Amino acid sequence: MTETLAVPPGVVSTDADRREQPVWRLLLTRPTFVVGALILLFWIVCAIFGSDIAPHNPLAQQLLAVNQPPSAAHWFGTDQLGRDVLSRVIVGAQTMLIIAPLATVVGTVLGTALGLVLGYFGGAVDQVVSRIVEAVLALPAILVIFLFMVALGVSTRSQILVIGFIFTPLIARTVRSAVQVESQLDYLPAARLLGERPMRMMFVEILPNVMPTVLVEFTIRLGYAIFTVATLAFLGFGVQLSTPNWGTDINANYVVLGAGYWWETLFPALAIASLIIAINLVADAIEQVLAG
Amino acid sequence: MAIYLLRRLGLAIITLFLLSLIIFFAGQVLPGDPARSILGPLSAESAVRALDHQLGVDRPLVTQYWSWISDMLRGNMGKSYQYQSPVEPLLVTALVNSAKLAALAFIVIIPLSILGGVIAALYAGRPADRIITLTGSSGAAVPEFVSGIVVIVVFSVVLKLLPPSAQAQPGASFLTQLKSLILPAIPLVLVLFGYIARMARAGTIEALESDYVRTATLKGLKRVVVIYRHVLRNSLLPTITVIATQIGYLIGGLVVVERLFNYQGIGNLIFHAATSKDFPMLEASVLTIGVVYMVATVGADLLTMLLNPRQRTEVFR
Amino acid sequence: MTATEATEIPGPAAGPLSAVQVEHLDVTYRIRGQDRLALRDVSFQIGRSESYGLVGESGSGKSTVALALTRYLPRNGRVSAGSIRIAGRDPLAMNADKLRQLRAHSVSMVYQEPGKALNPSMRVGRQVAEVYEVAGLGKAEALERSEAMLRTVQISDPGQVMQRYPHQLSGGMAQRVVIAMALASEPELLILDEPTTALDATVEAEVLDLVAGLREQLDTSLLFISHNLAVIAKMCDRVGVLYAGELIEEGPARQVFDQPRHPYTVGLLRCIPRIGQRKDHGRLDTIPGFLPPPGQQQAGCIFAPRCPIVEQRCRETAPPPFDTAPGQTSRCYLHEAARDLPRNTPVDLQLAATPPASEPVVTIRNLSKTFTSRGQTVHALAGVNLEIKRGETLGLVGESGSGKTTLARILLALTAPDPGSAVEMDGQPLGAELRQRSPAQLKALQIVFQNPDSALNRRHTVRRLISRPLVKLAGLSGAALADRLTELVQSVRMEPRHLALRPRQLSGGLKQRVAIARAFGGGPRIVVCDEPTSALDVSVQAAILNLLADLQAKEQVTYLFISHDLQLVRYLSDRIAVLYLGRLMELGPAERVFSGPHHPYTEALLSAVPSLDGQRRQRIRLSGEIPSAANPPSGCVFHTRCPRRLDSGICESTEPPLVEVEPGHLMSCHIPIDQLTTLQSYEPMP
Repeated sequence: MTETLAVPPGVVSTDADRREQPVWRLLLTRPTFVVGALILLFWIVCAIFGSDIAPHNPLAQQLLAVNQPPSAAHWFGTDQLGRDVLSRVIVGAQTMLIIAPLATVVGTVLGTALGLVLGYFGGAVDQVVSRIVEAVLALPAILVIFLFMVALGVSTRSQILVIGFIFTPLIARTVRSAVQVESQLDYLPAARLLGERPMRMMFVEILPNVMPTVLVEFTIRLGYAIFTVATLAFLGFGVQLSTPNWGTDINANYVVLGAGYWWETLFPALAIASLIIAINLVADAIEQVLAG
Repeated sequence: MAIYLLRRLGLAIITLFLLSLIIFFAGQVLPGDPARSILGPLSAESAVRALDHQLGVDRPLVTQYWSWISDMLRGNMGKSYQYQSPVEPLLVTALVNSAKLAALAFIVIIPLSILGGVIAALYAGRPADRIITLTGSSGAAVPEFVSGIVVIVVFSVVLKLLPPSAQAQPGASFLTQLKSLILPAIPLVLVLFGYIARMARAGTIEALESDYVRTATLKGLKRVVVIYRHVLRNSLLPTITVIATQIGYLIGGLVVVERLFNYQGIGNLIFHAATSKDFPMLEASVLTIGVVYMVATVGADLLTMLLNPRQRTEVFR
Repeated sequence: MTATEATEIPGPAAGPLSAVQVEHLDVTYRIRGQDRLALRDVSFQIGRSESYGLVGESGSGKSTVALALTRYLPRNGRVSAGSIRIAGRDPLAMNADKLRQLRAHSVSMVYQEPGKALNPSMRVGRQVAEVYEVAGLGKAEALERSEAMLRTVQISDPGQVMQRYPHQLSGGMAQRVVIAMALASEPELLILDEPTTALDATVEAEVLDLVAGLREQLDTSLLFISHNLAVIAKMCDRVGVLYAGELIEEGPARQVFDQPRHPYTVGLLRCIPRIGQRKDHGRLDTIPGFLPPPGQQQAGCIFAPRCPIVEQRCRETAPPPFDTAPGQTSRCYLHEAARDLPRNTPVDLQLAATPPASEPVVTIRNLSKTFTSRGQTVHALAGVNLEIKRGETLGLVGESGSGKTTLARILLALTAPDPGSAVEMDGQPLGAELRQRSPAQLKALQIVFQNPDSALNRRHTVRRLISRPLVKLAGLSGAALADRLTELVQSVRMEPRHLALRPRQLSGGLKQRVAIARAFGGGPRIVVCDEPTSALDVSVQAAILNLLADLQAKEQVTYLFISHDLQLVRYLSDRIAVLYLGRLMELGPAERVFSGPHHPYTEALLSAVPSLDGQRRQRIRLSGEIPSAANPPSGCVFHTRCPRRLDSGICESTEPPLVEVEPGHLMSCHIPIDQLTTLQSYEPMP
């Protein structure tokens, strides 16, 4: 009573073995990704080896050579204390690339977990937390973070935690709607019928399927974290480390902008812009590759 | 209809209540004693205590919250520690200033970003689309003070066309005021353009690929008519909500832009209140922002509802 | 070889008489930098007032034909060779203005989802009137003509419908509006692309009747595109069969379906259950292999890799069209041998099934389910009593909103029923929620969902998907797990190498096999099959149905088989339950339910289904819309549409009880069984 094999082996391969290109190879075919990744790589190198690359000591003051315009000795000029702007820009990458990624990791991990719980269980918990999230969202995130920095005092840890905590509901909201989309699919009831427990449902069944959303959200938030760290520093709430900080430098020097000393603020500003745009290009490419 | 309205308003009020709790909590967590910060570090402990008592900050938190919120609801926003004068007039002046700047930004941004989004959608995947999309997303990602510095360097320092400070002299003509607001508006426009254009683009592409647009095209309608009557009507609805939620981002941007351009708006007011621990001022202005945001989003929801036949007919039923 | 090679395409006289003339049409899509041929050398003509059908499975390119004719190909698609003439004019050579004129006056199109074809933010009347405005009429006159046109498509209250927005229309009503818009310009050609696929059977029947009726009234040619051979057989004079972008057979519809001369057409027709076929005798045949991936370049005949009678020359040179009968052509060298194509699956199988026992395995008592949405109460199920007997296949039939899926979900504890409902298995109450059920009960009940894309976790491998129930429910591990896995994979006719793949690397049929393997992995006693083949192509469907039948015999399971397709249910089921608006209308042995006397609703469902067998059954037509379950009619819920409603008024006032009209055959109808027998007796029954 054997039915002949409905599928002759030779034919299956044409259809079944539709090999997909790995994501990273698709990414490398996108010029925007390559440009973004190269700029990002440049800043990572600066963050790690900054003091070796920098032409001058970024902290050395030359009170006889303050506010010097760009020249052969100081390509980006000097600031009000006569420090080399180029060296400060190069070394300043470090502060940015420590605080922002860590804060984003905190926010992404907590936000993903919260989003999974809210999306999977729904109901009253979801209602209450959603209200709180909406209340927080009624204020611009940057303002809330600023207020907490004022309240808690500035330190590396407080910046990472506050930015991470404020990002948590924002990320949770995105993950939650991705989970709700998944909840429409039949593989979840199918798994429940096998007796799977909620923890496994959330982290083994659903999480892998919302990972693309999480990844895209991480890159977008990373850009926004740098935005936030830079803005806080500009507002005078930068972390006081021994290394320079782009935002703090702008805060210190923008008052003399009107006097024509544009290089002291413009170059750190362009550094911030290039880093954020680079992350943005990478995020955009990842989003498009994962979507298409 | 009435039920929907009540429900929507009810949710907004609950949200505002939670917001007020958060603000109040954050206000209490602020380190340092208000009296100490007013009187300075050298004043006597007894004087500080006396002022604390006078300010009412030594009472239980619940009592403090209750008296604070009921004062707020009556429109009595208290007295600024920092300026030693009632909060309301200061707040109103700042709000009006900020509203001018925000209005200018919105007048520019709404047509510009919608047009940009629609053009990007019509040429999806082609260079025009890539340029608009990437410019938009990059502009949205760069902090306002960064783009602000670039425009100051270009238009003010190098070209000397516009003033670097936004604060026009009191009694200046409308045109002078407008001129001084152009530079600070640019960073706000840049940040908002990306978000709104992105939504407008997505909505338009969805409509363009829809069956009903195919139906309309196959009727033999002119392309312009198809786009105006069948595409835009459906694609721009969700954009309204996005514009309303951007008001939140806009206010966040105001803090930075007003600081950079030295403009006496609500952003600057909050900045100074926070750094000098001026609780009444800080709480009142932040709560005001929350109210503005809630009014905007509820208004946008109602507008969307009125424009969307599906929601309208279901709600009216 | 008896037939001569065709020198020109047969059919109605060519030239100015034909409404459509397509010659040697190639359409190419550019996908990731590569050109892929979606249509290859397609030629056909449609005469004036003729109805021409294009039939094919998904990916055959049938919709691409419609898009090419209206010049609405997506941006990455183009006509790369060949020519198109519509009423003698060439749309490909037209400038934008001329093309608009052509669309405004000569071609119209209706497609699958009527709800999406209408602009959601414009009133219906305005949308119809646009067609007249394009033709140059003033606003008032356009609205007047629109009203008349809506009346023509049998909308009883056009004035009121014109004031509505599309979301306020039912699917059937929306499709009437779309058809009205399409016909308003009095086009030479009306293209219908799967116009009834998204509609319920009884609504589909109405719309098809409407189109057939309008065809006689109006002088319009029809291009009818469908995957459903029976619908094409009913609606079309001539038919073309598309396979992987090639027109492989063409001819008068009746003749092609009665005497197909291409191996693919022969195979396809054998995949469809006919009256009298059942899982244990007159078994469905299957077509081996899969459709080639789109645009695959291949020497020789496109069907050669799947053809049971393939010869060497088939693989070398593509066959030209051969005249096989007057007006019929087949692109097959072996069109003679194709008549007696060897079967891929034997006709008769001895299924080792034990006959269904008489004791129930599941008892459902007074099952009700009420949903609340937007303040409205929807009675999805209302007091259903049902027994499922050990080892049987119980077919559950009903249109959308009948509650059939809700019933299955309650049985599986994915939805909780209203209080007062009772579901028992082996006399033991089944908990309303999964966590209230014992491990044995959990293991006993499994499901095969409709859409495997949705039912399989796309991030997990086949191995993981199939192993999980073995570990979790059957408690296997180590070597026993590996053995059972191999056995299970074999029993669903997959290969070990599939285990490493993820769902998206599998075809639709293979995915459904994985889902079936998962359902059987834990050793279930009852498997719910919720429309398990409705997302699949006809040729794949047959293999899945046969597989389900084999597994039932082997594993001794009970099936609850849910479907809207009566022929499928008949092929597989021992007993059939008919649901309407959450009420059980009829329940009985499959053959009794089909042969009658049956409930008037069952009768209407049966006569709504177009049949390939060409029997023109006495049709009873249903009028009106399916009522909303939020506001069900009084008395017998079917009375608003029932053509056999009694004059006494009892149908409107009293809900008839479900009574046993003959042994094992229950019905909920006020009309006495004898009278039903008389009323339904003139129908020719198989």
